[in-house]
Amino acid sequence: MTEKSTATAPAGGGRRPPSVRRRRRRERAFDEVPRWQIYLPLGLYLLFTLVPFYWMLLFSLRPAGSTSLVPWPMTFDHFEKVWNDRSFSVFFQNSALIGVFTLICTTTVALAGGYALARFNFRIKQTFMLALLCSQFIPGALMLVPLFQIFKNLSLINSPLSVVIAETVFQLPLSIILISGFIKNVPYSLEEAAWVDGCSRLQAFRIVVLPMLRPGLIAVGSFAFVHSWNHFLFALMFLMDQDKQTIPVGLSTLIGADSVDFGALAAGGVISAVPVVIVFAFIQKWLITGFSAGAVKG
Amino acid sequence: MAQDSSGAPPGAPKKPGSRTTRAKGTGISPRRLPYLLIAPAVLLMVGFIAYPMLSVFYYSLQNYNATKPWRNGFAGLDNFRRIFTEDPLFWDSLVFSGKWVFTEVTLQLALGLILALLVNQTFVGRAAARAMVFSPWAVSGVLTTTIWLLLYNPSTGVGRYLADAGIGTYGSSVLSDTGTVFWAAVLAELWRGVPFFAILILADLQSIPGDLYEAASVDGANRFRQFFHITLPHLRDAIILSTLLRAVWEFNNVDLLLTLTEGGPAGVTTTLPLYVAVTGFEAHDFGYATALTTVAFAILLFCSILYLRLSKFGGDHK
Repeated sequence: MTEKSTATAPAGGGRRPPSVRRRRRRERAFDEVPRWQIYLPLGLYLLFTLVPFYWMLLFSLRPAGSTSLVPWPMTFDHFEKVWNDRSFSVFFQNSALIGVFTLICTTTVALAGGYALARFNFRIKQTFMLALLCSQFIPGALMLVPLFQIFKNLSLINSPLSVVIAETVFQLPLSIILISGFIKNVPYSLEEAAWVDGCSRLQAFRIVVLPMLRPGLIAVGSFAFVHSWNHFLFALMFLMDQDKQTIPVGLSTLIGADSVDFGALAAGGVISAVPVVIVFAFIQKWLITGFSAGAVKG
Repeated sequence: MAQDSSGAPPGAPKKPGSRTTRAKGTGISPRRLPYLLIAPAVLLMVGFIAYPMLSVFYYSLQNYNATKPWRNGFAGLDNFRRIFTEDPLFWDSLVFSGKWVFTEVTLQLALGLILALLVNQTFVGRAAARAMVFSPWAVSGVLTTTIWLLLYNPSTGVGRYLADAGIGTYGSSVLSDTGTVFWAAVLAELWRGVPFFAILILADLQSIPGDLYEAASVDGANRFRQFFHITLPHLRDAIILSTLLRAVWEFNNVDLLLTLTEGGPAGVTTTLPLYVAVTGFEAHDFGYATALTTVAFAILLFCSILYLRLSKFGGDHK
């Protein structure tokens, strides 16, 4: 802001002695954003982000009929009701099962494909890459009708396997691209060194590559899980029986009820959010780096 | 061998006779291995993406209606004639889709960009702010619906409390009014969609070398000039790609609208994919639904190619 602060920041991006760097941080460069220009818009946006979440929590925790803006006295009746009477315990299990199997299928298939893309040149590589990119533009919602026919022919309608397959297929392209990006970041020379030491390709992969891939795999696996946990359409269309349904479909039946029980609806919403919140708290630190390493660099 | 983390893959065919390192004991020749590795992915994608796509084209030429089986059979282009000449619902849903995609993507991009620039600054509580700001991104369409139904409902929503405090009046639900339902749905989807852009743009912002800004500020460029001459050009490709992906995603997004508005009131929030789903699964008119799908495909493909051409994606730029 003053002449002095510009003078302390030398031209060029070279390393400055630590004392200068520390002083610079304290005084701030002349073009640094004033604090209020960060806190004010961010605060407004946080309000927009958090009020809806608060509203859901509020309705799930306060007794029916209460109009208080603080969930006090707190009650867990809504949760009990949704969990037991509205069979959310069953939906929860179904969703978890489908989510875990989608996670396993997606990461295994994508790991193999990603390794091939990262480490080999082969004739149809370009075609395969192009197909992966193009399939990103293919709308799952528009594929419902033919997919329904296929699963019907395979007698998989009403089986969770149909949902696992559909979720996996639509998760695959992005997962393969992400994983191959992560594998490219593992130096090939490390793998070769393991071969020289007598490892087979598979052993070298398991001992050298896999441990370094862990953050990337966790990110891709979490996306697959969260995506299938959240996705509604495939389960709604391919699963007929109510006891086979998943959490989002269960929620939508609460919405569709003639007289909406808002407490139950909010409690169902909270239940559906819990696993996702846990997963995201867990992968938070890899989220941004994962994206920049895998997706953006390609 | 030199460290080779980018550029040509090291598994590239090497000159015959040159010394190569090779893993032993796989039992599979390295020539066949990549094909074996991509085989599961290819099989799944052929079986559940390519084949259904082809069958969409096949069914679109058929009369295939579960409620009128006696009329089923080859229909030629009749379904398409019906779409373009006899079906006002198709045009309405197409117009709404266009309006929906355009509004959502522009607003999400603008807000996401601002948000990314904000949380890219250093300030106290940045990590917590990032986590909170990004959180709706992980929320499903149905959960978004659940939350916004609570907020919009005249007896449980924010409006009631504002009215109690003397701001505004008790009203009917914004979702049952054809005039307000569009913006109500847009707001709910914005809540969930902005973080997507913010995350992608933030990831890209972090790859801009800080030297550039330092050099620019030494040369006397203010923050706005730095933004337009360094930040924006650098983000260009990421923005083009993410807007395209997001546009396709918003076009296909059925979860939110199906549960929030059910396409109503009076069909004013029925997108084309929603119309397809209703035609296929409620009217059981598979032939007509797949013909609608084909048309939607064609429109989406045409718009994507046009967009990539016009935006000169990956082309020369500074």
